Amino acid sequence: MNTPNLEDMGCGTSSATKDKKSEKALKAALVIQNWYRGYSARLKTRQRYALTIFQSIEYADEQGQLQLSNFFSFMLENYTNVPEKEPGLVTRLFGSSIQDKDRQDYLGLIEIPDSYCGPRLQFPLTFTDIDLLIEAFKQQQILHAYYVLEVLFETKKVLQQMPNFTHTNTSPSKEITICGDLHGKLDDLFLIFYKNGLPSVTNPYVFNGDFVDRGKNSMEILMILFVSFLVYPNDLHLNRGNHEDFMMNMRYGFTKEILHKYKMRSVLMPPIPMDGDRAEKKNKLGTATVALGIRTSGSFSEQLTKQEWEQVIDILWSDPRGKRGCYPNTNRGGGCYFGPDITSKILNKYQLKMLVRSHECKPEGYEICHDGKVITVFSASNYYEEGSNRGAYIRMSSGTTPRFFQYQITKATCFRPLYQRVNAIESSAIRMLKERMISRKTDLIRAFQLQDRNKSGKLSMGQWAFSMENVLGLNLPWRSLSSHLVTTDKDGNIDYMSGFQDVHIQKPVKEVQSSLIETVYRYRSDLQIIFNIIDSDHSGLISMEEFRSMWRLFKSHYSVHIDDSQFDELAERMDLNKDGSIDFNEFLKAFYVVHKFDQLNKSDTKLA
Amino acid sequence: TVAHQVPLSKGFSRQEYWSGLPFPSPGDLPNPGTESTSPALAGGFFTTEPPEVAVAEFHKKIKEAFEVFDHESNNTVDVREVGTIIRSLGCCPSEGELHDLIAEVEEEEPTGYIRFEKFLPVMTEVLLERRYRPIPEDILLRAFEVLDPAKRGFLSKDELIKYMTEEGEPFSQEEMEEMLSAAIDPESNSIHYKDYITMMVIDEN
Repeated sequence: MNTPNLEDMGCGTSSATKDKKSEKALKAALVIQNWYRGYSARLKTRQRYALTIFQSIEYADEQGQLQLSNFFSFMLENYTNVPEKEPGLVTRLFGSSIQDKDRQDYLGLIEIPDSYCGPRLQFPLTFTDIDLLIEAFKQQQILHAYYVLEVLFETKKVLQQMPNFTHTNTSPSKEITICGDLHGKLDDLFLIFYKNGLPSVTNPYVFNGDFVDRGKNSMEILMILFVSFLVYPNDLHLNRGNHEDFMMNMRYGFTKEILHKYKMRSVLMPPIPMDGDRAEKKNKLGTATVALGIRTSGSFSEQLTKQEWEQVIDILWSDPRGKRGCYPNTNRGGGCYFGPDITSKILNKYQLKMLVRSHECKPEGYEICHDGKVITVFSASNYYEEGSNRGAYIRMSSGTTPRFFQYQITKATCFRPLYQRVNAIESSAIRMLKERMISRKTDLIRAFQLQDRNKSGKLSMGQWAFSMENVLGLNLPWRSLSSHLVTTDKDGNIDYMSGFQDVHIQKPVKEVQSSLIETVYRYRSDLQIIFNIIDSDHSGLISMEEFRSMWRLFKSHYSVHIDDSQFDELAERMDLNKDGSIDFNEFLKAFYVVHKFDQLNKSDTKLA
Repeated sequence: TVAHQVPLSKGFSRQEYWSGLPFPSPGDLPNPGTESTSPALAGGFFTTEPPEVAVAEFHKKIKEAFEVFDHESNNTVDVREVGTIIRSLGCCPSEGELHDLIAEVEEEEPTGYIRFEKFLPVMTEVLLERRYRPIPEDILLRAFEVLDPAKRGFLSKDELIKYMTEEGEPFSQEEMEEMLSAAIDPESNSIHYKDYITMMVIDEN
């Protein structure tokens, strides 16, 4: 390139040269700007795609969750029809009677040792207890089970006296703050309190449910919220989300967190407004193991009618959409989609101005739709991954427009450049997607081969995308994602087997059919939940007979076509049989996905 | 991406600014299709399929890209995201060209939303005509070199800021900060553009 050397020209550059020079600079700048804007847009799109993947998979899992609930309902309804050789199992599941034990009976079982140096609460609670807890949790201390129980009993007592709907008054001098999902992310709650102040009579809060699951501090969040509620029952309002549910907690991590943090194995969840559940308690003498579980699903509770339960699901699971009318929420498998016309109708009917709800992760932490009548607020930043989304909270009062505050937690003192953050969440999303693919490998290959008449091993983009969407049931931009998942030849055709190349499910035993391995891997979360429920004493072991019975029932309800004998053989070969009992955690752990290019050996198996 | 209101005086079309530069005119450039820096362009975009199939595939691809930004699932997107969608499909319009495209897909009375029904035919034609081709790596490198006539191999932070925010179709502050966060070498406070370009290209492939 022959760029004139300016230094040779001396001071006497003519104005023509100056103009030419500045014109060149202008054009060069245009090139760079043009390129950068294209690159930046593609980065943002990749980020959005990653989020779409996370969200699709999350909702598909929620479908699985509701399917599992249906399975339990199915079993409950068919209790009398269960063949005679299964009665032991079903009794174990449903026969446990509800004993209304006294609060004092439970508290009497627990002693706080002198060596305990965690936070000590004083009843009746005051605002100093809130501060105490926050400081303690900042130092990663764990609240003793004794206090946890006290708080829970007290909260339950107060909540039971409250109506399902609470009314609160605001004014420009007394604004209310509304927060969305927190999902166990303590740092987000700390940030909100730091920026917005602690709850008090002059600083009221509404928390829109989903306090627990997924994050690692569900218990701490719950304790802070409940204690704050007990101190300010008229100014701290807690609404129920779909994760305030015993079965969800088993799948999405709250139960696991409790079992991990509290070796006493206490599982507690008192009722929160908008529920109709009750406590199911069991006591194992000699080891002071206390297990309290609130069965909130309609299948276990006898206090909710089927219609009531359906209403609860509608309230806790539905999402607003642009299409008019009300139709089933096929993404989640429960609740419905409701359009702007429905919103208007309901708001007008009850003379309400707007609906503030949560339940959906939004990149900016909040989103307004339905002509400003519906606001979604989501307070767990980095919900899927670091960098995936911002969190937000709203301040409002009657007569003023709502104000939105956004934030994003980061571990580093300054943000990594955007492309690094996007890379991180993109890799994570693609990884999850690949694991999904491998768990349906047999079905996918069958679908591909059906379309591959010539047995060439190749399909057109359209054919490949069609099969992927159909088999996986995920509505994703397959064409745009294809470059991450498969190899394409120069004619634009896809080598469909290439999608399975760098990932496989570890076979716990060599001589087992792939389809069985895939099936167990695919349903591992469901199986884990079922086993946990059977394992009422939390020993980690269930009898071989129960194991087999459960598998048979599961198989028939989920229409899984695997030979019983194969499953038996698998269990036998895995040699997990310990004196007639099977260690099901070991069993499930043995099924994990190996990513070829991982440095670690195991991928993240997100078991409940 | 915010669609800037580009001053109408800067009516550069791509043809104009290509021919002004002291490096090869488009005719001599390698075919952008084979040297694309974006995976969006790889894999089946320009194939040897018959035109009807190609159009159908374009439609699906455009729909996919559109849907990702269609938050309410009602076949509309916020007009401020249209630039991002178009660029995600592998096109690189200038801000001025983008402005014109938006005018084509907007409603008679702009609502702030763009409907898919209007977007699809316009975008299909853009793709079929291969308009707004992306800039190949070597042209990009040469552009940086033009701004670095002393051939130091880098631009100072101030120099880059000056060019990007004062010349051409200026960056917003957000765009400038974003570019700097990845491009700048914090120790020397300068941008080693060759390394930067290489890094960006690797990132996309």
